[in-house]
Amino acid sequence: MITVLTITVLVLIAIAIWQMTKIFELSQLRAAKNETATDKDNKVNGYLMFAFLIFIYGITIFSFYKYTKVLLPEAGSAHGAEYDDLMLLSMAIIFFVQTITQFLLHYFAYKYRGEKDKKALFYADNHKLEFIWTIIPVIVLAGLILWGLYTWTNIMDINDEDDPLIVELYAQQFNWTARYGGEDNVLGEANVRMIDIDNANVLGLDESDPNAADDVIVKELHLPVGRKVNFHMRSQDVLHSAYMPHFRAQMNCVPGMITQFSFTPIKTTAEMRQDPDVIDKVKRANKIRAKRAAAGEPNSDPWEYDYILLCNKICGKSHYNMQMKIIVETQEEYDKWMASQKTFGGNAATGVAVQ
Amino acid sequence: MSGTHEHDDDHGHHHKETFITKYIFSMDHKMIAKQYLITGLIMGFIGIAMSLLFRMQLAWPGESFPVFEALLGKWAPGGVMDADVYLALVTMHGTIMVFFVLTAGLSGTFSNLLIPLQIGARDMASGLLNMISYWLFFTSAVIMVISLFIESGPAAAGWTVYPPLSALPMAQSGSGLGMTLWLVSMAIFIASSLLGSLNYIVTVINLRTKGMSMTRLPLTTWALFVTAIIGVVSFPVLFSAALLLIMDRSFGTSFFLSDIFIQGEVLHYQGGSPVLYEHLFWFLGHPEVYIVILPAMGIVSDVMATNARKPIFGYRAMIMSIIAIAFLSTIVWGHHMFISGMNPFLGSVFTFTTLLIAIPSAVKAFNWITTIWKGNLQMNVAMLFSIGFVSTFITGGLTGIILGDSTLDINVHDTYFVVAHFHLVMGISALYGLLAGVYHWFPKMFGKMMNKNLGYVHFWITAICAYGVFFPMHFVGMAGVPRRYYENTAFPMFDELTDVNILITVFALIAGATQLVFVGNFIYSIFYGKKAEQNPWRATTLEWTTPVEHIHGNWPGAIPEVHRWAYDYSKTNENGEYVLPGQDFVPQTVPLQDGEEELSH
Repeated sequence: MITVLTITVLVLIAIAIWQMTKIFELSQLRAAKNETATDKDNKVNGYLMFAFLIFIYGITIFSFYKYTKVLLPEAGSAHGAEYDDLMLLSMAIIFFVQTITQFLLHYFAYKYRGEKDKKALFYADNHKLEFIWTIIPVIVLAGLILWGLYTWTNIMDINDEDDPLIVELYAQQFNWTARYGGEDNVLGEANVRMIDIDNANVLGLDESDPNAADDVIVKELHLPVGRKVNFHMRSQDVLHSAYMPHFRAQMNCVPGMITQFSFTPIKTTAEMRQDPDVIDKVKRANKIRAKRAAAGEPNSDPWEYDYILLCNKICGKSHYNMQMKIIVETQEEYDKWMASQKTFGGNAATGVAVQ
Repeated sequence: MSGTHEHDDDHGHHHKETFITKYIFSMDHKMIAKQYLITGLIMGFIGIAMSLLFRMQLAWPGESFPVFEALLGKWAPGGVMDADVYLALVTMHGTIMVFFVLTAGLSGTFSNLLIPLQIGARDMASGLLNMISYWLFFTSAVIMVISLFIESGPAAAGWTVYPPLSALPMAQSGSGLGMTLWLVSMAIFIASSLLGSLNYIVTVINLRTKGMSMTRLPLTTWALFVTAIIGVVSFPVLFSAALLLIMDRSFGTSFFLSDIFIQGEVLHYQGGSPVLYEHLFWFLGHPEVYIVILPAMGIVSDVMATNARKPIFGYRAMIMSIIAIAFLSTIVWGHHMFISGMNPFLGSVFTFTTLLIAIPSAVKAFNWITTIWKGNLQMNVAMLFSIGFVSTFITGGLTGIILGDSTLDINVHDTYFVVAHFHLVMGISALYGLLAGVYHWFPKMFGKMMNKNLGYVHFWITAICAYGVFFPMHFVGMAGVPRRYYENTAFPMFDELTDVNILITVFALIAGATQLVFVGNFIYSIFYGKKAEQNPWRATTLEWTTPVEHIHGNWPGAIPEVHRWAYDYSKTNENGEYVLPGQDFVPQTVPLQDGEEELSH
């Protein structure tokens, strides 16, 4: 079926091209074949330039109308709102400039299309104009740079103030593991050389390090809402990138070094599920999934919204499916969940005492 | 090397040329330019075809297509594309398009063709080096193509081939022999590029004809000249990265590798850093995008001025911005690495330099727009592609403001937002520059005209499809879809993006099919095209003073002398009459007329 469709489309395109060539050909005076643009060509293409301007505006409006809904919902992290504001401002500037410059470009192309005996204006230079359009970008960009750098410095200032929860994100082909510092909130020393799969030491923890015994290793990341989390990222094989789009957070995981990122989750998973945008999104996805289920196709289970950690650095064959669920919950829920986990040393975890 | 090629100044007599010396091992810059162009176009055909294959996989994930089975064989069992070959296709598409099409195909073609012709030289400074440069390029292209056919598959670690993925054959099958061939091919490519670039630089500096001062050079030559300089500065750094990677792969060193546990065993590597590789790669990688775009900018400037029948606006500002872009391009590489784990303070510095580079880019865009203002626009196909270039350059360039901002990069890094951005600003734009150049200088290269109607069809469909593909793609990226995903079905949150992906793929398929119109037009016109006049576009620059039939040494008799800049279009005397009566352009070879002022541009 698809093959037939593809062939049909290709044939139609070929016919369209052939016909369009004919149109262009017929639109020329039947004079001697001239391969440089005639007045007729200038006119036709001038008008097409104007039409193209409308097309650009059209596809912009179409995309916004149709695809705004697919964008990420409101950020689930404390710095996310600032990120989104900066993004919104930058986007506003971009679309302002885009609308005007594309208009000028295509309108001029239409307006000044060539005609026989028309004289172009010999206009080679104007220092004032050039100064103006140098200084305007300078000012605008200076503003953006300042705001951007201020935000960047805040986000990347990873410190131990406010008693952050320490979590290690451990990447390997093709899954994620998380490790909590345990009761002391300190991660035990670890190195790939100490990995001992037979003894269930998959992250290479140093068994002689007293900080390691109470570490909790899990396959599903739980975070208490409102508490700063400092992530320490490690990778055991190739580059990975811990991408948490709903938190506006991302950092590469690099073998041989520990990278860091920090944010404070401010909305629990349950709260996110109540967000109107999220509700709509889930509804749309489940409609698609219901259709798939009816057709007996895979990926048809109904979906419930969850925060997610994706791998965003090409890492091999199953890169496209390297993910871990993140659950943001209240402190009580978190403590309860933590108490149900085992520590590295084999004891029941007690979670981190809240100071 | 002395004695292999006598540079005789007397071009009246010619030594007999055989088929081999004329068409294959030619030292004539015009023939070498054609060789570059045709090799580049063939590589472009392969590269674009690959993109269509993986676009089909993205639109209809897991679907079986006979074309997959036919082209990919065992990599598409039952016609369903395998995840490994998806990554290989993405990787080879990037490598081929960036290096073999847009670097060698664009700057190789037009540097060779235009530098000697536009500065008034008989040939390149060294014809022999020039020939070697082409044949090294050809060798590297052949090796790269061969790597597509080996059993373990071609390189598949992304066109940036970051280690450890690219260094460890056990991490993915493409990192075996395929990766070795990739590195060998690139090493040869770099040698080719360096020989070419050094030749271009020396030629521009030394072989300009009488009167051709640097401030009278056409902008195309300026751009090609500066491009060559960036190439010489940055390509050797990629060579060192490739060399160290070869050492890590084959000789057990640990430049980029440390603390690796893979497939049940600890590897011996200790103390290296993948981040070091990223620095080395992007030290070339970022200038590389300007190596790609600057020649296109130069071509577009000249094509626009010629077809607008107006001087380029702000000639000196254009040169200054080319130089500024070239300089800044070498100190912005870190914006590819904001979240690589490098020190965040470095991120601040690179944000600053990156947003600075927007300024000369903005100046150029405004200058182009002003160039067509109040012009007498001749809508030749090359002109359409030039206008299209400015359009996509602006659209794609603006989103650079977002990606260059370290804060905003956090959440769109490595998503389809990046893919949309760089395809518009350097992929499509540079291709438009290349196509504008081909349509414009085809008469110079082959002595024939291309069919304009097929050209118009080619342009308009391509222009619409380019936006159709890459404009919606920004939204896919902002929805958080990472690039280089074989399929998005593992994440329910991306379910509703299937529609967008189908739309994008349909546009891509149409655009791909439309390029066949160009190929057909190109081949047909070489053999059956209308015979070209000497100066079909009524341009001022020196290349149009050479005879249509190519001769060795370019000009019969003496090399012309230059008396003015390259942009005296529609220049009038005080009485409002054209400087040369009845002709709206004054070739560079025409001396200043009585009472004419040479403006200080």
